[in-house]
Amino acid sequence: MKLRKSEMAAIGSGRGTMDSQNQVQSDTVDRLKLLYPNVNEEETPLPRAWSTKDKFSYIGLSQNNLRVHYKGGTQGPGRRPHLPYLHLRLWMYRHGKTHRDAASVRATHPIPAACGLYYFEVRIVSKGRDGYMGIGLSAHGVNMNRLPGWDKHSYGYHGDDGHSFCSSGTGQPYGPTFTTGDVIGCGVNLVDNTCFYTKNGHHLGIAFRGLPPNLYPTVGLQTPGEVVDTNFGQQPFVFDIEDMLKELRARTRVAIDEFPLPDEQGQWQQVLHRMVSTYLVHHGYCSTAQAFSRATGQPIDEDIASIKNRQRVSKLVLAGRVGEAVETTRRLWPGLLERDPDLLFLLKCRQFVEMVNGTDCEASEDGANGVATSVISHTGRPHKRSNGVAADAAEEGGGRDVDMAPAANGDHEDEALPLVKGMPGVTASVAALLPDRFEADASSQRASVERMLAFGRELYAMSQKLSQDLYHKSMLEDAFSLLAYSNPWDSPVGWQLEPVRREAVCDALNSAILESQGMQWSSPVEACVSHARSLLRRMSRAALGACAFADLSALLAR
Amino acid sequence: MQQFTVFMDIESSRSYIDELYSSDAVKVMEALVTLKNSVIGSNRQKSSVISQGVVPRLLQLMSEESLDPNIRLEATITIGSLAKGTPENIESLIEKGTATALVEMLKTVPLGSKLAEAALCALRSIFSHKPAPVDALPADMRLLTRLTQIAREDSQEARTSVIRVLAVWCSGTVEQEALTCAGACSAAAAMLVVPPRSVPSPSRLVPALELLAAMCFKNPNVAQVALNTRHGDKSIPELLMCLVSRDKPLVVALKAAKCLTFLQRAGALPADDSRIVFGALPCLARLCTKENTEDIRASAAEVLAYLTEVDTSLQRLAAISNHLMSSLADIVNCQSAAAKQGAFKCFASLGANDEDIRKMIIETHGLMVHVVNGLNNPDPCVSLAAVRCLHSLSRSVQQLRTTFQDHAVWKPLMQLLNDSPGPELLNVGSSTLCNLLLEFSPAKEPMLDQGAVEMLCNLTKMSDPALRLNGIWALMNMAFQAEQKVKQRILCCLGTEQMFRLLGDSDTRVIMKMLGLLRNLLSTRQHIDAIMSEYSSQVMQLVRQAVIVVLEGSYPAEVKEQALCILGNIGDGEKSKDLIMANEDVLRKLVDYLAHPESKLQEAALFVAGNLVWRGEAGAAARQQRLADLGVLRALKLLRASHHAAHLHDKVKTALAQFNEFT
Repeated sequence: MKLRKSEMAAIGSGRGTMDSQNQVQSDTVDRLKLLYPNVNEEETPLPRAWSTKDKFSYIGLSQNNLRVHYKGGTQGPGRRPHLPYLHLRLWMYRHGKTHRDAASVRATHPIPAACGLYYFEVRIVSKGRDGYMGIGLSAHGVNMNRLPGWDKHSYGYHGDDGHSFCSSGTGQPYGPTFTTGDVIGCGVNLVDNTCFYTKNGHHLGIAFRGLPPNLYPTVGLQTPGEVVDTNFGQQPFVFDIEDMLKELRARTRVAIDEFPLPDEQGQWQQVLHRMVSTYLVHHGYCSTAQAFSRATGQPIDEDIASIKNRQRVSKLVLAGRVGEAVETTRRLWPGLLERDPDLLFLLKCRQFVEMVNGTDCEASEDGANGVATSVISHTGRPHKRSNGVAADAAEEGGGRDVDMAPAANGDHEDEALPLVKGMPGVTASVAALLPDRFEADASSQRASVERMLAFGRELYAMSQKLSQDLYHKSMLEDAFSLLAYSNPWDSPVGWQLEPVRREAVCDALNSAILESQGMQWSSPVEACVSHARSLLRRMSRAALGACAFADLSALLAR
Repeated sequence: MQQFTVFMDIESSRSYIDELYSSDAVKVMEALVTLKNSVIGSNRQKSSVISQGVVPRLLQLMSEESLDPNIRLEATITIGSLAKGTPENIESLIEKGTATALVEMLKTVPLGSKLAEAALCALRSIFSHKPAPVDALPADMRLLTRLTQIAREDSQEARTSVIRVLAVWCSGTVEQEALTCAGACSAAAAMLVVPPRSVPSPSRLVPALELLAAMCFKNPNVAQVALNTRHGDKSIPELLMCLVSRDKPLVVALKAAKCLTFLQRAGALPADDSRIVFGALPCLARLCTKENTEDIRASAAEVLAYLTEVDTSLQRLAAISNHLMSSLADIVNCQSAAAKQGAFKCFASLGANDEDIRKMIIETHGLMVHVVNGLNNPDPCVSLAAVRCLHSLSRSVQQLRTTFQDHAVWKPLMQLLNDSPGPELLNVGSSTLCNLLLEFSPAKEPMLDQGAVEMLCNLTKMSDPALRLNGIWALMNMAFQAEQKVKQRILCCLGTEQMFRLLGDSDTRVIMKMLGLLRNLLSTRQHIDAIMSEYSSQVMQLVRQAVIVVLEGSYPAEVKEQALCILGNIGDGEKSKDLIMANEDVLRKLVDYLAHPESKLQEAALFVAGNLVWRGEAGAAARQQRLADLGVLRALKLLRASHHAAHLHDKVKTALAQFNEFT
């Protein structure tokens, strides 16, 4: 089984497999995701290491760019000369005396506002000669030939005097000094736009207020021998940051709960009734909607018969009988699916999955007539009816689809491992494996496998006609990957078989029907939730850190 | 119209109050319900009903076991309602024995009943009055066991009530131990559990935390029990650790930190325990910050003062935590006395041991002005706390020379001490004065003008040895390298009689400082001669007394050394030498001490002998003759031959060289 899996991956249909493996790995290792769940790293990556580019040349990096040391320059005033030991000591003694010797490094990325509360820790491995070290934040483009804090949009806490530097060459008394062995933490509260430090796990109090957005974690060193290690969150912190996160969550919750509303917007009862009623109608809970409407006096805007029709189709999809659902849709709302090939493809894909699941078996037989008249009849019909062996099917399919399936680059004549034409990556041997699951009559198994493969071919053909976007491609690949396993339910792509996956398909179909009837394609409740969600995204883009603590699902769960 | 209703009230109340005394249970019940409804929420009605004298009848109805339980319940609820009235209402209820009656009732009523709950509720209201009638609840094990059982098992309302009553009641070691035996620790622990995903309720947690704090306060045994008490899979410190986190209500976090503090100070947790270092301390420092309400900040500062009172590492940690210094300086600015007191106490604790922290405190913006203002505060608690703060800071030599001088802190301090202060203030204040009077302190002069000498002399007459010590210590400091007129003033003011008394003091430290004072008074030649010429008889008497009493008594070597040093000082004066020479027993003592096994006494005796035999002065030959006769010369020769006194050989040689005519 293992082998087969890697086979699949090698051929290229195993995208889902690869992904889920990565998922498992990162769940155990990536503490950052747990710390900052609301950060979308595709949009705003988290700082995970020091930048090899965004640093002054006197700075050296090692240990996955997490360790920073002062190396001095190869030229200019900070250049470390080749000298005998004693002279070198003398050089080191003199070097780093002036501010010109200071050097900083920024992290790879700025702190995303959606972190809400960002925190990193620096352990002083060695204070070097004088311990002129600064830990803090700076904006993009701030001079790196400086310790953090000396320039505009730069903020730092310095080890030699314990002062804080807020965009100024003169520091303010802030905290204790720090030296070899100390762990200094720097926290940024993106709700209040403040910054605090910790020393060995002890909160030293707020150092800066009114911080600008998009600051980078920054450290600066000035004298030889200074070495610091950094923990951007990959390791547990010395300071209990979770405690502060809990506080901020509770605070945001209270702020939301206690947000004052003008009177005319505060008529909750009415608004809620309307939302519930429209939700019920939208999803076709017909009798419940009627009962609710009687109790609350909410009008129903849609014809009851129409609701019931939608309900019927939804039930079919939710029961896994997608083929029937497609037929019913065609009958009740002619032209709908023809106008929306993407939706049809989604439904067909689901139908394929349900065939693997065994839920759509009878449906496909019952609905065969319907299928025969469908868009795919020109290719589908003969295969649907064909009871031939796999090799036949392959030949036939190959004959028709070869132009459309350049991806299927297998050797046609190779009998040992013939490829199933029209379904890239699926070998004919799959068919031989499938009967394991159907322990009934061998020929009928074979027939149903045949049907499935034929259906798959149609599906592939259909996908080729659609605009080739990643979404469709991966959906199809995921569905086909199911065939690679003797027990698809237990496979890495087995999630597709879960009944809960039908809901998205059901929703898409329902929305399309509603839209075709000139009604809202989504219910006000969902609109409200997705509105809230997109507001949170907007907040994150607008650098409003509170978005990290507005836990939408927890708020809805109440 | 208004008056008419009042009239009607009283008139109509007449009838049902009469019916309370009826023998017909139905009528009594009806009257009780009417009474109950009339007093709920109206302090005026409560006062009126109490003044009509129904309380004894209510107590009777409540306690009579033969009565219908419903009547008893209504009577108890009515009492409970009355107990929610004005302080005067509660006082009159207590006078009529309500607390005792309720406690008696609790001994018998079935657990879990409504009656028990109502009784506890009434008792809680009465106990929240100050002073609470704690005597009504005897430390009877059976009763306490019953109460803690209620605290563990009964309804939420009853549990909260009983814990609140016990928290108020627990005010001494006896109560602490009794409650511990009755299992109150585990009852409190059970109340401290916050189920996951639920909002912690202060009304439930705070009484339990208060009880726990009251039980552990300065009681190592109870603290040890609390440390080992578990509920579920968590011990009490672990439960407390959960409660000090930032998402808990502030008052809960405060009380939990207080419990941890009390556990630590009672010795159950070491000062470096993570629950102190990462739990209680940061929580308290956070509660002191500006964002919180004044009473939370005041209490947090007070608890933090207690937590950091002795341990230097905790003081250092607190000093860097969450800008505590500026938070405290801000609390000092608050209006309430409690806030000022808390902040000053906290400064006092933080600056107790570490010079760097003292520097940080002093450098906190505008703090010294507030300390000086605090000394002048009319509230004795605030001025006491300010003196404590000053006392801590006065341990810093640097501050004595600079900041204290700039702010003339001695002025308000002297005023406080002259203004019939309480014993505690007097103690801390005089200790501070001691430090202010150190030789290098520039405050010395102006303080003298303010009558410091007189005040200190009075202190030496106090019955409290600590005060006597402070007084004499301060005088000693004052006399050190002082001008002659200062010394004379001290001599005059203290008087020889008082000095004699102090030399015979029961506290060795007082004698030590008294000898120190004498030594300081009798230093430098000119002063010695001047003083001797003026007070020769008394001083010599004093010295004889000092030397004889001290040298013959069983005092520690340090004390005796002081006495010999005084002799040495006198022996340095030109005329005063003769005074010693005239005293044969003193000279004989000197010979004895030259041969004393304790080397520092030998050294001191050598110093005396050296001064007496010094050649360059008039009458030296006669003195040498006399001393040689008494055996001093022989003793010195022995000393020179002795191996043990090798380090003294130089001095011995110098002394012997003076005797050259005899050697």
